[in-house]
Formats: sequence, C-alpha cells, structure tokens
Amino acid sequence: MGEEINEGNQVSQLRGADLEITFGSQFGYLDFVEEISDAITRMVGFDEDTRFWITLSIRESVVNAIQHGNQLDESKKVGIRFQSLPDRLVIYIQDEGEGFDESKIRDPLKPENLLQTGGRGVFFVRSFMDEVDWKLLPEGGMEMRIEKRLNHTKQGEKNDD
Amino acid sequence: MTIDTRNVNGITILELHGKVTIGEGSREIRETIRKLLDAGNKNILLNLGDVSYVDSSGIGELVSSYTTVTNQGGQFKLLHLTKKIRELLAITKLLTVFDSYDDEETAIGSFS
Repeated sequence: MGEEINEGNQVSQLRGADLEITFGSQFGYLDFVEEISDAITRMVGFDEDTRFWITLSIRESVVNAIQHGNQLDESKKVGIRFQSLPDRLVIYIQDEGEGFDESKIRDPLKPENLLQTGGRGVFFVRSFMDEVDWKLLPEGGMEMRIEKRLNHTKQGEKNDD
Repeated sequence: MTIDTRNVNGITILELHGKVTIGEGSREIRETIRKLLDAGNKNILLNLGDVSYVDSSGIGELVSSYTTVTNQGGQFKLLHLTKKIRELLAITKLLTVFDSYDDEETAIGSFS
C-alpha cells in the first residue's frame, strides 16, 4: 500500500489476477474483509458508491456463509476469492455448508414480511450485484459467485421504484 | 458502536455513533430501547447521522426497535438518515414504514 505506487500500475497488475483469503467463521473478520474489498474495488476502478455496495454485498454473503452455511461453527472455514477480469470483478464466497434453497427465502418486500427482522441479506446482494449464483461443490461445501461489471458503476438503476 | 442519550421535551434522543452491523451494535440498540421502555420512556428518536455503516442485520434492528416501541404504545422515529441508509430503506420499502426527519426540531415537534 505504498503511497509511491502509481494507481495505474496497480490496476494493470490486478487485471486477471486473483486474491484469495480463508478464515474461521467469526464475525470479527468482517471488518478485515471490508477493508480488503474496499481496497480491491478501488484498485479495479469502481467509483465510491459502487465500492460501498459491492463491499456490503460481500459482507452479507460472508455473514450468510458463517451463519447459515457453517452454522456459526468457528472451526469451519469461509473462503473468499476475488477475480479481476477486464470487464468485471467476480467474487466467490465459499463455506462448508450444504447450500440452501433460494425459493424458501421469503420475499422481504411482501407486505406481510416488511416488519420481519431478518431475511434481507440475499435481497441486498441481488439488488447491488449484476450476477449472483450458487453451486454445491463436488468436494463438499457451497460456493456463491457474485459479480459486478465495470461499466455498471451507477448504483440504483435497477432499483428505482 | 456507541450510543449517547439525551432528553428533549420528554422525547428520548438516541445518538448512534459507528457501525450498526451484525455482532457490532445491533444488540446495544435493543438493550437501550428495552431499558427506556421499562423506565416508561416511550417516545424515541434515533439519530443515525453519525452511523458509518449499516448492514441487513442493522436494518433488521431498526425494524425490531420500531415494532417493540410501537407495540408498547410508543412512537419510534428516525433522524438524519445518511444517503446509504436512505437507499437501503427505500429498496426494502421501509421508508414508508418509518417516520424520518432531517431536522431535529421538526422531529421533536412531530411527537404527539
């Protein structure tokens, strides 16, 4: 993070590169994840608002991985991989859980669900990212894949009521 | 996260500072509100102007506070929504649920 490094060089070095981190299932790591996400999204070239929403989406995905995937078992790992491509940033979030059925998540916008305290995490990820999907891994565990296109830097376009 | 409490004309103003996220701050809001209700303080204004980060858990905590206070016959309102919080409340259709203000005097005056 030296000040002398030219940002343009960082971007060209980062394109096509991967960064991977693995950590135990503790919410205490979320701030660390947030800092890494903010740094990477800045280097890749997203504007400030978009960086915030990508980072929020990653936080929500990691919370789900810890809470629902790994059932708060601190010995189980969460992995995050950032893959920077020329036109987009792809983030993979992996846990040791058995996956979930998205159709079972209640729609937080239905009037009867508006005053529920939970159930908005995946909705936020879907709102702020361009692509979201999941798959069960052959070796066990689940991987969530979320991506944001680089030209799509204006948040809110999809969410205007 | 820290919470400062003050009282204006019988309205309790809770000033939140820092993050309202899972594992950090969510619980404090719940406990502070429970104590206020136990003490008979049912008109609560939550100042979010100095909140640096909110996630879905924090939004859930706002909803829970609203429901708890309203169920006990009180009023729960929001003051100084940040741009990000406003956007999160808008996409979750909660802006229509919460009574929110940009000005403290107007907010205080709105309590009946």
